[in-house]
Amino acid sequence: MKYTFPLAAVVALVLFSWIGASIPGMQYIFGIAVPYLAMVVFLGGFCYRVIVWARSPVPFKIPTTCGQGFSLPWIKYDKLEAPLTTPQVMARMFLEVVLFRSLWRNTKAMIYKGPKLTYESSKWLWLFAILFHYSFLVIVLRHMRLFLDPVPGVITGIEFFDGILQIGAPTMYLTEVTILLGLFLLLGRRFFNRHVRYISQPNDYFPLYLIIAIVLTGILMRFFLRSGIDIIAIKRLAVGWVTFHPTISADIGSIFYIHVFLVSALLVYFPFSKLMHMGGVFLSPTRNMANDTRMRRHINPWNPDIKPHSYAAYEDEFRKDMVEQGIPVEKPLTAEESAAAED
Amino acid sequence: MYDGGKIIPGLIIFVLFITFPIWYNRGNAGTVPQPELPKKYKQCVLPDADMRAEHMQLLNRWRDQVLRDGDWGFDVKIGDMKYQKSLMNTCMQCHTSKKKFCDRCHTYASVKPYCWDCHVAPVE
Repeated sequence: MKYTFPLAAVVALVLFSWIGASIPGMQYIFGIAVPYLAMVVFLGGFCYRVIVWARSPVPFKIPTTCGQGFSLPWIKYDKLEAPLTTPQVMARMFLEVVLFRSLWRNTKAMIYKGPKLTYESSKWLWLFAILFHYSFLVIVLRHMRLFLDPVPGVITGIEFFDGILQIGAPTMYLTEVTILLGLFLLLGRRFFNRHVRYISQPNDYFPLYLIIAIVLTGILMRFFLRSGIDIIAIKRLAVGWVTFHPTISADIGSIFYIHVFLVSALLVYFPFSKLMHMGGVFLSPTRNMANDTRMRRHINPWNPDIKPHSYAAYEDEFRKDMVEQGIPVEKPLTAEESAAAED
Repeated sequence: MYDGGKIIPGLIIFVLFITFPIWYNRGNAGTVPQPELPKKYKQCVLPDADMRAEHMQLLNRWRDQVLRDGDWGFDVKIGDMKYQKSLMNTCMQCHTSKKKFCDRCHTYASVKPYCWDCHVAPVE
């Protein structure tokens, strides 16, 4: 069920946009209204989530140290695994964000003959993740050729290297292969690795299915279902989106509207799902804090503001009642106070 | 807000990055390229819409047939006339200018076909 329900949802999105965009006049809904709405939800939702996180206090200093922490100056400490200073934390964060370093710690327990138990770093997850994420980044950057006029040299450069094999016309891109490879390996891992399958939820499968559908519709549009794919009309629409003068100038094939609708669905889904790890990775307290609890006191921001209350002040406050109850006091009542008490 | 001094600038950079196409184009949607069509001829080897969408696949197919299979077919029809499968001898006979025909759309859409790695482009 948890595999099929998200798949059915993606199929429903495809069918909905396919049928919807085929109705005359609905192109303006699927080609203009839906992408704008999706972008607004994406940006608004993303900022909202990050601000909610920024407003949440971090009660404890909880960096996960994975090496020798700083103790005495002559004991060598691990600057990346137990960072002490801000530059060291930044280096750790940089390697985390850019190289997904902590995925190398994907330890797997295995029993060999003997019996011998080993805990070994299983780097497959890291490999699949890096394949997928960097392919996705290149694909997004490459798509900028449809949004920017004139096209900057950086974008044409990326496109040149991505299509360097010059296979077929239009040229096949390397990232089309690597993103599918990465996606199917990440999906296969959730199907065939028993431990991962057990903990996988529908919301783990849905984004994978959705992104696979986006990639497949893109590939179909570029190579196989070309009828009605007038790239000039498409670029005119895409530049129109970002200049707020969108025009649909020709009958563009349904596959284009399906592709755009699925990307819109991804944008809307993004801020409210696990995909927010894109922003969340920067805010992980276990990674972005320095291991300096012994040098600097971390004050829990939600601690109530408790004022010190000395015994002298306490006695000042309750002296009258204490004397009345016969409790010994350090400082007797003044004459005026005892006179007032007798009244 | 905690660490707002770091988080808010980061968020602003993210939003500026995502909305980069808006700042780059500055509201100017530009002009849609108008490739110069031949004056004498009204009909191409395929209907207009198909040529727009599929000309690259047609040329690629011709290239494979001619160069790899040695099939120098003279069977491309426009009406009753027969033409050769050839970029230089067929397409470029009507669409004489690379700059005024091919490049206009290709530059707009940032497409760099490698036709001219082998063929000699007309001197213009």
